[in-house]
Parts: sequence; C-alpha cells; structure tokens
Amino acid sequence: MKRIDHSEASSKFIKAKDHLEFHDKRLWDLRKKRDRESEHLPEWEELRTLASAIKEHTLTHLADYLEEFERNAIANGATVHWARDAAEHNQIVLDILEANGARTLVKAKSMLTDECEMRPFLETRGIEVMETDLGERIQQLDDEPPSHIVVPAVHKLRGDVARVFAEKIGTDPGNSDVHYLAESQRMHTRPYFLRAEAGMTGANFAVAETGTVVVCTNEGNADLSVNLPKLHIASIGVEKVIPKVEHLGVFVRMLSRSALGSPITQLTSHFRAPRPGARMHVILVDNGRVERLGMADFWPSLKCIRCGACMNTCPVYRRSGGLSYGATYSGPIGVIIDPTFNLRKFSLLPFASTLNGSCTSVCPVRINIHEQIYKWRQVIAERNQLPIVKQEAMRAAGKVLASPRLYRAAAEAANAGISTLPRMVMYNPLNAWGRQREVPDAPLLTFRQWYVKFRSPKQ
Amino acid sequence: MKAALFIPCYVDALFPEVAIATLELLERLGVEVDYPLDQTCCGQPMANSGCEKDAAATEQLFAKNFAGFDYIVAPSGSCTHHVREHLTAIPQTPAVAKVRRSTYELVEFVHDVLGVREFPWAEFRHTVGLHNGCASLRALRTAKMSEIQEPAFSKPMALLSKVKGIRFAMPERPDECCGFGGTFSVFEEPVSARMGYDKVNDHARAGAQYIVSADMSCLMHQKGCAERLGLPVKFIHIAQILNGTRS
Repeated sequence: MKRIDHSEASSKFIKAKDHLEFHDKRLWDLRKKRDRESEHLPEWEELRTLASAIKEHTLTHLADYLEEFERNAIANGATVHWARDAAEHNQIVLDILEANGARTLVKAKSMLTDECEMRPFLETRGIEVMETDLGERIQQLDDEPPSHIVVPAVHKLRGDVARVFAEKIGTDPGNSDVHYLAESQRMHTRPYFLRAEAGMTGANFAVAETGTVVVCTNEGNADLSVNLPKLHIASIGVEKVIPKVEHLGVFVRMLSRSALGSPITQLTSHFRAPRPGARMHVILVDNGRVERLGMADFWPSLKCIRCGACMNTCPVYRRSGGLSYGATYSGPIGVIIDPTFNLRKFSLLPFASTLNGSCTSVCPVRINIHEQIYKWRQVIAERNQLPIVKQEAMRAAGKVLASPRLYRAAAEAANAGISTLPRMVMYNPLNAWGRQREVPDAPLLTFRQWYVKFRSPKQ
Repeated sequence: MKAALFIPCYVDALFPEVAIATLELLERLGVEVDYPLDQTCCGQPMANSGCEKDAAATEQLFAKNFAGFDYIVAPSGSCTHHVREHLTAIPQTPAVAKVRRSTYELVEFVHDVLGVREFPWAEFRHTVGLHNGCASLRALRTAKMSEIQEPAFSKPMALLSKVKGIRFAMPERPDECCGFGGTFSVFEEPVSARMGYDKVNDHARAGAQYIVSADMSCLMHQKGCAERLGLPVKFIHIAQILNGTRS
C-alpha cells in the first residue's frame, strides 16, 4: 500500500497563499482564545492533571465501566449494541434503520462515523444521510472528509462555501455573506429534520453511573436530530465512558475552552432515555481501541476528548491543512493514532512534526503527544517502514558519526569545499535544503581544527 | 570548576565562532574547560529519525568521550535534550547515567550552576529578538511556555538583559517553532521553509536587527530563510553576545 505523502500534499496547500494565511491565522486565533480562557481559571493546570487521572483510571477499569454503562442504559430503556469494528458498526446501524423502516437519517457531527466510513456504506444501501452540522454539511456537499475534528471546513474560505452551496443547494454564487450562507443551509436542512425517520449523534462522554450519553454542540442540530425523529442512534467509541456525573464537570469545563476558547459549548445535552413512544439505540464501538489500550507506549492516546487544541497549536498542521494527512484524524493526535489503523499507509505521518511539544502542553488530558510521535518513529524504523533513502542515510550517518576519524574527514572536507557534512547530517536526494533556503557558508577551519591549532598544547 | 565542552557536529563544522565564544565565555567565568578531541555527535539525528539502532555506536562514543566529568556543557538545547532524555540506545551503566545527568545546555549552566548574572565585558547596541528553541523551551524549561499557566521566567532573558546597550524586540508569536526540526527540514521541506519564513518575518516586523538564540540549528535554518527572502536581519548565538561580541 502506498504511503500518504504529507510533504507533497502540504506543498500544494502552501501554494494557495490566501487559504494558507487564513487557515494559519484562524487556528492561531483559537489557540490565543484558548490561552485567554485557561488563564481565567487559576486551577487550569490542576484540572488538566485531574482530567488525565480520571481518564487513566477509567481506561484501566474500562470493561467494568462499560458494563456499568450498559446496565444503566438498558435500565433507562435504551438498547445497547457492541461493535468490534467499523464493519460491524455500520451493519448494526443499517439493521436498526431497516428494522424501523427508516430511509432518511439526520446526523450530528461524529468523528467515529467518519472513522467507520459509515456514510458511503449507508448511501450505497439506499439510506439518505444528511449531515446537519454546518461544517460537516459543507464537507459532505463538497465530497471531502472533515479537515479538522472540531471545525471540519476550516480550510475553506467563504468564497469556497459560496461555490459549493451554489452548485449543490442553489444559492446565489455571487453572495458569500456568511449569514446568508448559514441561513441558506438552515433552510435547506429544516425539512430533513421534519421528515427523517432516524437521528444520529456521536457522544462526547458516556456516563457509566447514569447510562447517559452527553453531546456538546454549538448549533442545536444534535438536539433537533434526536428530538424530532422517533429513533435516536448514538455511536460511541468505548474510550468515551467516564465513571460518574461529577467527573463530567471537569471535562465540560475544559472541552470548549481547549477547542474554541469559549467557556462552554452552547448546548451540553444529556440523552438518558428515549422519549415516550421513541427508541434509543447505543452502539459501543471498539474498532482498534482495545488493541491500542494494550500498547505500552501508546495507550495514553485513548485519553483524548477530541478538542482539537493540539491541531490548533500545531505549526505544521496550521501550514499543511487536515486533508494533507490523508486520514480521519489529522494533526498531532492523528499522527499518533493513525498508525494503529495502518502502519504502512500512515508511516510518514509521525515525521510530519518538528517534535516541538506545543501539542503536549495544550492537551487538556495531558497526553504526551510529542513523546509518542518520537516513539512511533522508532516503531516505524524497527518494522522497516522507513523510505529506503532515509534508512540508508541514517545508517551511513551512524557509521560516520561513530568514528572520530571518518567524522573529521567529513567535517574538514566540508570546509575545504568538498561538502559532505551537510549531506551527511541532513541527507536528501533532491537538495531540499536549498530549494527555499541559503546553505550556510563553510568556515576556513572547523572548531576542532582551530582548537588543535591555537589551544591544544599536546598537538 | 572543571567542565567538558561538547560542541555539536554542525557547530564544529559550520559555526566554529559559536564554539569559540562558548569556550571563551566559560573561561572568563572561571571554568577550567576540557575539550575531548574525539567527540563527534550525540546521536540525535539518527534517533530523531527513528533509527535508535544506528545511533547506538555514536552514543557509545559520546559516553566514552565524556565519562567521568561532573559537568558537560553544550551550546545547544536539542543536543542536551537528546543526551538527557533519549540517549537510550546503549546499556544504561552507572557511567552512562552520570554522563546523561551531568550534561547541561550553556544558558542553564551559566544561569543555574554558575549562578552568574553579570557580564561586565558584554555590550551589544542592537535590537534583538530572542528565539527559544523548542527543546530549550519545552524540554529543558529555560523559559515560561505560553501554553502553560505558570509565573513568567526566562533564563536567556535574565542573562541577556544584563548586557549593556541591548534592546529587545517582541515578536507576535515568540514560542512558535521555527520549523527546523532536524531531518524534518529536508523531508518536510515545504512546511519547514514556510515556518522559517513566518518566523523571521515575525521578528523583522517587530523590529529585530538580530535574532539571538541558544540553539544554532534553529538559527542556521532561519538564516537560510532570511537570506533567501532578502531580509536585513542578522543571526547570533547567545554565547557570542555574552562573551562580548559587539556586532
């Protein structure tokens, strides 16, 4: 299988100058708002520690809490399903829809259903699926996956949205006013809410002690999706469970502050039981999570609450866009979980990082993201997934740098104008360094030569 | 006090003036400096590329060269970080463990170990923008990170502010990575160069005549970017300013 080439994709992204600058600035603004909001809470760093501890505790007792959630959800009147993988999940959804005679599904945002590629699965089986989150709907209409886990269409300018809407829902192509566009989408979506037989949400949290599914949104679309149709399906990754309602407060205080720099989402909806006359189905999905939980170095990625703060702060993500990662999850969190889905395909992603560590510092649940990126690089090299050119360059560099004699020959030759050292340290077949940067001038003497000449009494 | 000087490979080969300034500064501050002549590199380029195995022999050589010293000082945050956190490809003998915990980045050595705050010989009548390399900032913790709530502090700023005549320019995003990242700079060249351009432009807009850093690798990348852009900004290592370089 071909590797996703992040570098090549980023090159295209960077060439679209207006888009790049908007994208970088928009996400940096979110990072700045996040800083400001966190500063309003003097206990912010303690909250991060607490949130991390709650998640670690839950993950180390995951089976118990999932069964507690299941018992309570069933007692509340919901039906609970377990899905081992994406295929099982999608089939369960289809079976539920068919058993209820549902042909149209209105759905709120869910990264999990993107991960499972549920929409194309259902659509080819005759189910009409309407994304009701504005950003997600823009991406659906443009036939693109979301580029960010919180703001799915953040890589688009309003002109792009005007083009997509004009083509797909008949708006005025010359009008890119954001209020006009949002209102047009709202009017377009409303009839679907009224006629859909089923509504779907993901979950931000699943509370074990009450069997509650908690969904945090800003647009009200999740509540319309749940409360108008008579059938609610909630798809939940197994890592979303938390023990008690009292823990919810910790996460709710951090989620939107980290994501968008707002104190809280407009709506925090607790779906506990089906309405009278309606049905509620909950699907608990593994799809690789349990395997990840067994990975000594990588299990802490399961603490993630999908706030996107690591993406907003990531200087590489901001300058390459989410689609350049070629995966459901992009940015720093994507880099550390994508290889668990397919090591070969995503083997270049852990190298799309400078290891600067800003992601780790903003993470509300203290995932050691950049340390995991470093460790994934080791795994990828060990399993022979590095590109040959890099593998050989590192082997050669390792030999030269392990030998004082070879190293000196290389360093001194560089200064004599024969230039092997920059190639050795930063080997590249196409002189990538010099494409947009000047190469440093070689001095007359290396430091060692200077030292031996002027300082060393022995030589 | 006696200390060993570790000069990273790229500083040795490309920026001997930075190594000389480091040596002279330490000597001015009363340190007896030993420079083991068989030194090469700490192993970071291989290990950061995933190739810890290819780093092992280099790490072994590093540990051998610097065995027994109470202090090993390097004018580089990322190399110091590698030695402390990632020099793990070789057996962790007591001697190796001692080398790892005895390795210091120059600013933290001067600030924390020597506790020096006065540099009466230093004078730098220019406006400088301070660039903290990410390993210095977020791993060695030589300054407050903008992401974390904690009291403000900056070891490099504490030292530089004692230099006569110096003025500081404040870029808009002081903590943003400049995009060097070792082999990232060539394997992810488009993003790396764009990050470098954004970094030097940010400093130039803030009015920096010089960008100063404790990390020469960041500066090598930024200098390459600034020269290609034709920006009139210059680059200097913090050891040079503290050692009395005037321009």
